[in-house]
Amino acid sequence: MCGIAGFFGRPNLAVPARALVRRMIDAVAHRGPDAQGFFVGDEIGLGHARLSILDLASGQQPMANADKSVWISFNGEIFNYVELREELITRGRRFATTSDTEIILQLYEELGPDCVTRVNGDFAFALWDARRRRLMLARDRMGVRPLYYTRRNGTLYFASEVKALLEVPGVSAELDPIALDQIFTFWFPLAPRTAFKHIDELKPAHVLIADPHGTVVRPYWTLDYPRLGEEGPHDARAEAAVAEEVEHLLLDATRIRLRADVPVGAYLSGGLDSSLVAAAAKRFVAERLRTFSLTFDSAEFDESEHQQAMVRALGTAHESVACTAADIARLFPQAIRHGEKPILRTAPAPLLALSHLAHRNGFKVVLTGEGADEVFAGYDLFKEAKLRRFCARQPESRRRPLLFRRLYPYLPGLQAQSPKYLAAFFGAGIGPLDDPLFSHLPRLRTTAGAKAFFSRELRATLGGYDALAELRESLPAEFARWHPLSQAQYLETAYLLPGYILSSQGDRVAMAHAVEGRFPFLDHRVVELGARIPPQLKLNGLREKHILRKSAERLLPAAIANRTKQPYRAPDAQAFVGPDCPDDVTRCLGAADLAAAGYFDANAVERLVAKCRNGKFIGFRDNTAFVGILSTQLWQREFAAAGADTTIESDVA
Amino acid sequence: MRADTERKVRKFIEDNFLFREDRLGIADSESLLDAGLIDSTSVLELVAFLESEFGLRMADAEIVPENLDSIRAIVAFVEGKHAVAAA
Repeated sequence: MCGIAGFFGRPNLAVPARALVRRMIDAVAHRGPDAQGFFVGDEIGLGHARLSILDLASGQQPMANADKSVWISFNGEIFNYVELREELITRGRRFATTSDTEIILQLYEELGPDCVTRVNGDFAFALWDARRRRLMLARDRMGVRPLYYTRRNGTLYFASEVKALLEVPGVSAELDPIALDQIFTFWFPLAPRTAFKHIDELKPAHVLIADPHGTVVRPYWTLDYPRLGEEGPHDARAEAAVAEEVEHLLLDATRIRLRADVPVGAYLSGGLDSSLVAAAAKRFVAERLRTFSLTFDSAEFDESEHQQAMVRALGTAHESVACTAADIARLFPQAIRHGEKPILRTAPAPLLALSHLAHRNGFKVVLTGEGADEVFAGYDLFKEAKLRRFCARQPESRRRPLLFRRLYPYLPGLQAQSPKYLAAFFGAGIGPLDDPLFSHLPRLRTTAGAKAFFSRELRATLGGYDALAELRESLPAEFARWHPLSQAQYLETAYLLPGYILSSQGDRVAMAHAVEGRFPFLDHRVVELGARIPPQLKLNGLREKHILRKSAERLLPAAIANRTKQPYRAPDAQAFVGPDCPDDVTRCLGAADLAAAGYFDANAVERLVAKCRNGKFIGFRDNTAFVGILSTQLWQREFAAAGADTTIESDVA
Repeated sequence: MRADTERKVRKFIEDNFLFREDRLGIADSESLLDAGLIDSTSVLELVAFLESEFGLRMADAEIVPENLDSIRAIVAFVEGKHAVAAA
């Protein structure tokens, strides 16, 4: 795991090319503290900051093929490198190293840009083919590893994080108002758009090919689901067979993710997914598995009881770190600095404390349960959408809306509410049933409530911009032919997962402490299997992740295999309104700072802050608005106001 | 009395749910749900406010849109409770 950066073209800047690449790499040095390497040619610059995990001795980068005509700067892991290497050697190819990076060079020599289709891994890389004068950028299928690029005066610059691009003279940080509108609708900008004007991200499962003839960006893999009515049988026999296939594949996905020359640990949330991954890992690890978790002082968020049950069941050597509201307030600006975009929840902040815990214990690699909710239909939203469809068929029913209570047993206050309010809050009547975004409309509507705080100027700039319309238009042609659950899963897997979960809550907060997350549920074989499984076997009645629970029965204690999902949540606005919140964190919510940035109505924000400070209850809408506004203001302070000066502090605790 | 109740309810809603000043207040009969001004937590805020401000006790069965979804409905509900208490 590492950081990469570089350029293709002739920068023609005051700063020499090599020094420029060095500066870019320094900006992402936290991703790879073990070594740095550079390759600068006539019209190419490649830089690399290395976190040594595999082939500690000979894996230096950038790496070249035998005749030095192809160079690569690689971030990530190829989990099937053992198999690929054997296959290549059988075909008579010789290897100079035992590193997985060399696999890409060799595959590229045989297949060209299609080399990525053979790789099972999480990666982002830049490859330079000197003979063809061709730069290839590529990103893994699910979007685990990040890659950004921008053009200035005919030169293409790229890097693992935007902060490296901001080192290029002439590239500055300016918030894209459309991106802000999208974040205040979806939680993330619609890729390739980023929070930064004129800076794009390479979309997951895409390659970019640039040569003297031009630039092409194209997908090399797509997520697909069966057509409605063609999902296959879901009787008991099919269920047993699928459960076995899931178990088999999950074990294999975990097994190849344990490949490393350094010890691999695991995050344990206490829920089904991370428990399942830890249980799977234990089958392949001879020594005692090391696990890490977060605890909260508030019972509303804390899961330590379930974590301890899992630790006892698996016999892992466990460490936890307690995260208070004050810790969240203190860590939040770092979460923005590393995540590089405004966010609507504080959840990334505690994960900085967790990756720091792993780092302090000497771990560079951890397995996590991320992805199971997308692939096997675990989110409450899937159940909610199913219930809304159920209610819509009999809008006058007073009993049907009562089912919404069962969806959120962990939300205080919901249990007392009447059928009519429940129906209204969960959007039982929202949206035509054939709206492609039907499943997400209540969430999107609640989130967009935070736009009420946009300033008059920002509203004028946005004009009639409609983020939902843009999302609808970006959907694949096949989308309309899928089962409603598949549609909802696609929206989570293709958008929220790379746009927020794997980014703000994933790569960025882990790499802030040079920790690499590995996600067995996001092995593309598991993802493809999950997409093929009939909807009834995933969401069985209102039992989420039904088929995964079936598979889990053989690996986990029944109490954990059957536990209802509790989403990972952390205190939001309340973390910033108590006496323990550092003043410098919320200073950017003052009228002067708000006016200088110009995004929000200072009067309205003042009233919101006062309400959050005084109120006993802070609802979804107010939490979303508060955290969104605060993070946007912190983004402004960190990137736009600070210019290119983006120093990263690596010590948080 | 009724005017006083209405003033307090309106102020609470404006201070806590409305926020933006360029929205010129809210009509007496406007649905708080339809206006997107209230969510599941706001209902609890509203109930807590009515209980403390007007000395009411609200039963679960009374927490329904019929009683709480507009300023007019809230005022009528509060006045009705007071009338029952006074009788």
